[in-house]
Amino acid sequence: MKARALCATLAAALLLSACGAGGRPAEGGAGAEAEVGITPTSVKVGAHFPLTGVAAPGYSEIPTGTKAYFDFVNAAGGVHGRQIEYVFRDDAYNPTQTSQIVNELVLQDQVFAIMGGLGTPTHSAVLDQLNSEGVPDLFVSSGSLLWDHPADNPMTFGWQPDYEIEAKIIGQYVAQNFPDSRVGLFLQDDDLGRDAEIGARRYLESQIVAAERYTPGNTDVAPQIAALQAAGADLVIGFNVPSYTALSQLQSLRLNYQPQWIYSNIGSDPTLVGSLLARFSEGAVTDAGLLEGVLTTEYLPGVDTPESPWTQLFQRVWDAHGGEGELTNYRVYGMAEAYTFVQALQAAGPNPTREGIVEAVERSGATFEGPWVAPFRYSADRHAGISGVQVTRITGGTTENLTPVLVTDNGDAPITEAPGEPPAPPADGIPDVQPAS
Amino acid sequence: MAQQTLQEPPAATTGRRRLRWRPRSTFGRHALTVVVAMVAVMLVLEFTSPFRNSQLATMSYYAIAAAGLTVLTGVNGQISLGHGALMAVGAYTTGLLLGPDGDGALPLPLIMLVAATVTALVGTVVGAAAARLHGPYLAGATLALAVAVPGLAIYFDHTLGGEQGLRIASPEVPGWFDATIYFLFAHETPSAKYLAYLGWGTLLLVLLLLANLMAGRVGRVWRAVRDDEVAAELAGIRLGRVRVLAFVVSAACAGLAGAVLGVVVRLAAPSGFTIVLSLGLLTAVVVGGLGSLVGALLGSALLVFLPPAVTNLGTAAGLDGTQAAQLAPFVYGVVLVLVMLLAPTGAVGVFTKVWRKR
Repeated sequence: MKARALCATLAAALLLSACGAGGRPAEGGAGAEAEVGITPTSVKVGAHFPLTGVAAPGYSEIPTGTKAYFDFVNAAGGVHGRQIEYVFRDDAYNPTQTSQIVNELVLQDQVFAIMGGLGTPTHSAVLDQLNSEGVPDLFVSSGSLLWDHPADNPMTFGWQPDYEIEAKIIGQYVAQNFPDSRVGLFLQDDDLGRDAEIGARRYLESQIVAAERYTPGNTDVAPQIAALQAAGADLVIGFNVPSYTALSQLQSLRLNYQPQWIYSNIGSDPTLVGSLLARFSEGAVTDAGLLEGVLTTEYLPGVDTPESPWTQLFQRVWDAHGGEGELTNYRVYGMAEAYTFVQALQAAGPNPTREGIVEAVERSGATFEGPWVAPFRYSADRHAGISGVQVTRITGGTTENLTPVLVTDNGDAPITEAPGEPPAPPADGIPDVQPAS
Repeated sequence: MAQQTLQEPPAATTGRRRLRWRPRSTFGRHALTVVVAMVAVMLVLEFTSPFRNSQLATMSYYAIAAAGLTVLTGVNGQISLGHGALMAVGAYTTGLLLGPDGDGALPLPLIMLVAATVTALVGTVVGAAAARLHGPYLAGATLALAVAVPGLAIYFDHTLGGEQGLRIASPEVPGWFDATIYFLFAHETPSAKYLAYLGWGTLLLVLLLLANLMAGRVGRVWRAVRDDEVAAELAGIRLGRVRVLAFVVSAACAGLAGAVLGVVVRLAAPSGFTIVLSLGLLTAVVVGGLGSLVGALLGSALLVFLPPAVTNLGTAAGLDGTQAAQLAPFVYGVVLVLVMLLAPTGAVGVFTKVWRKR
């Protein structure tokens, strides 16, 4: 009899804990209705990142950088007296989970905004939801052109240079500096490769001898590399993710194929590619030595340039507020996004609202200055991120600049040199943007 | 297997004469349970937060698929590591029929029915192959399905949207539904709550149908095939046909689950249907209690509610976000190992045992 009672109680308790917890969201207080996620002393921001699973290496470091920078700002008093509370959750790079996680962030955690959500397939799963519920969706961590549709998605903003303008700048550089080369393209068969091919063909249409595509997930790239070799390509531009940089390098080593390689920014982090090379080759290749002489692009100062004042600032932030591990390029990326968010929050004024912060970014986002090499393209009818990159060469574990910062836009916009020197960071390391009004 | 026999409702063996004069037929009893459950679901959905509603919507599609799988694995004794792929078939069918904006599409129930039918057709093909295989070979064949189907979506990326997936319109809340709920509870019906209703309505319907199927002749034949093939064959049961039928029923459930997933998540993308999903369903069925529909419900609740609960506990205990996130799969694994070691009959098995011991 006792056991039966125990069983019933247990079942009831389970049922209650499964359904009952959480409770209804608090009703708006007396007087003016408070904005979701904002109190007089805090503002809550959420993000989704792959913290576990295949995409976790590298990418899972980004939110730790963001958090360290927010802690740094909070220690200095926050923004307009508000501490930034940053909640990031794991979606394992699975769009189904992203939608659950974002529900949790928006409905349960009641965040003011989503910031820096990572990945094209993952973030597209929540694009409609965030926009229909009016949640600011700032600075998506992906170079897809999807985030620049203010008419359909007024709350969503891109952040990093999109793949098309990066490809245009690489294309022009190749056309000017390797006019006689036979160019091969190595493309990921999705938005990344498609957007990039459009950009590259603008300058290289006559030079391209082969465009080979791989399907993400299929780790055998032998047919693609062999086809590039057979077409006689002596310069190959890869628009791919880091694991395919490693795979294409190993495969061309196997085929004794030695073209000049160029990889887009997202596929070229030397530390990550080095560790992937070691793993894929089962120890036969131990570091990123294969990447020696490879060309790529940059739009943020990296850990390989410790003399940059921005790297020094981020190093200081990481030493004071970071967790375990070293400062990496991924953490710098997270900090730079956090820096942008602080600017946006400052621009939104002392009483930020969800619509207010979107308007503020549209109005003054183009003037935000930070570690990025070229300005954002934000305006009332554009939500595109950083407008330029710099072509660099990887040598001896560091990078050497080959061009000044080149700035352009999507479509047939011309490529120009960025005017002026990149700004130095403010002495206290915290931006000071006046409210946009 | 003793527990399973105990849970089964008394089979309607004594035949039609009894049915005639007893209003409480097996179907009647099941229908009554479902009606009571529907009332409970309505109360829960109306009086919990929007976030719990969305979690319950998620749980509903896991539970639909798990219920189908428990019929296949628990009752008929066939293993499937490919149910995630069958859900993908349902989700993509829904996506293609509903379109990205949902204008001028067929009514949603019809679309869900088509999704289930298409998946059942795929299930027939797979089932026909599966009926010839046993044990690890069957596991291998269905595993291949789980690996291959998401690849198809990437290969035909112009129709199926490739890696980024297919956007699916979220259905509008019908006016009559909104009005009814307002009449009953004086609550508005936001889209998340409507989707939870849709998911749970479908789930309860599926459970009703499956419970009847399991209680009747079909279920008996399935169990006979599971327990002793030779004896079943001697009794005149055609093994192949019975196995294929179990696979088809199970696939239709997976297709419906995929359809619900599609409208709840608003996206069908290959990375949502990896082998992890198929294995998740199988663990849900096993942890809950193999062969029991209640077990499938419990298992899918665990799948949905455990990871965020563990992550929040981790954060409360002072872990940083990354560590807390990594804790969830770890605890999930530990729970699975413990259940296998200490309670191989799953949660339902343990409850029944304790209940009968007094």
